[in-house]
Amino acid sequence: MDIRVQAEAFDAGAELNAFARGRTDVGAVVTFSGLVRDVAHGLKVMEIEHYPGMTAKALEAIAAEAKTRWSLADVLVIHRYGALHPGDQIMMVATASSHRADAFAAADFLMDYLKSRAPFWKKETTGKGDAWVASKDEDEAALHRWDEPGLT
Amino acid sequence: MIDVMYFAWVRERIGLPKEQVETDAVTVNDLVAELVAREERYAAAFADTAALRVAIDQELTTFDAPLAGAREVAFFPPMTGG
Repeated sequence: MDIRVQAEAFDAGAELNAFARGRTDVGAVVTFSGLVRDVAHGLKVMEIEHYPGMTAKALEAIAAEAKTRWSLADVLVIHRYGALHPGDQIMMVATASSHRADAFAAADFLMDYLKSRAPFWKKETTGKGDAWVASKDEDEAALHRWDEPGLT
Repeated sequence: MIDVMYFAWVRERIGLPKEQVETDAVTVNDLVAELVAREERYAAAFADTAALRVAIDQELTTFDAPLAGAREVAFFPPMTGG
């Protein structure tokens, strides 16, 4: 399990290759990459704030929960903070498993939990000023797809 | 003495990221009531606690949670990771 919270940019392709390299026990790797999207057509910068003491712990708890639910050989989570620009990589998740069903489901689960349970907050600056990105009801609702004892 | 931390717009409304608070508050709600009574900027930040989240010692919890033994309490809006 590899969890990284960093300001620096990363190369998703290189990370994927490194994640899969040399493994003979894995039949499936699923990756998800999140990019900064210019929804406002004029996004200058997206500032991502986080809670340093809590972030890695929360991500580790989410990844550990995924490992109890699915058969996973490995999990990678990279999430950036600081000032990002349209098109920049914000984060990536990769899951490795013997079979694709577990790798897909676990990646989907990780993304849902990461959106609403990892302590990150996004602030967008456009020509009209600054605004914090509001959480969406559907993100919270998405968690109920995975309802089971464990994470809250 | 508890470290109280604020993130995102809660931090902006209160005007600081972190402070030490001397308190006998029994629960998070009691601590919020003490802060709100201090100054308008706290009242503005905590006007709707249903729109906020709280963590004690870096674990998400609820506003009725007891503070006994807590070293760090953090208040923030719903998270927007990913």
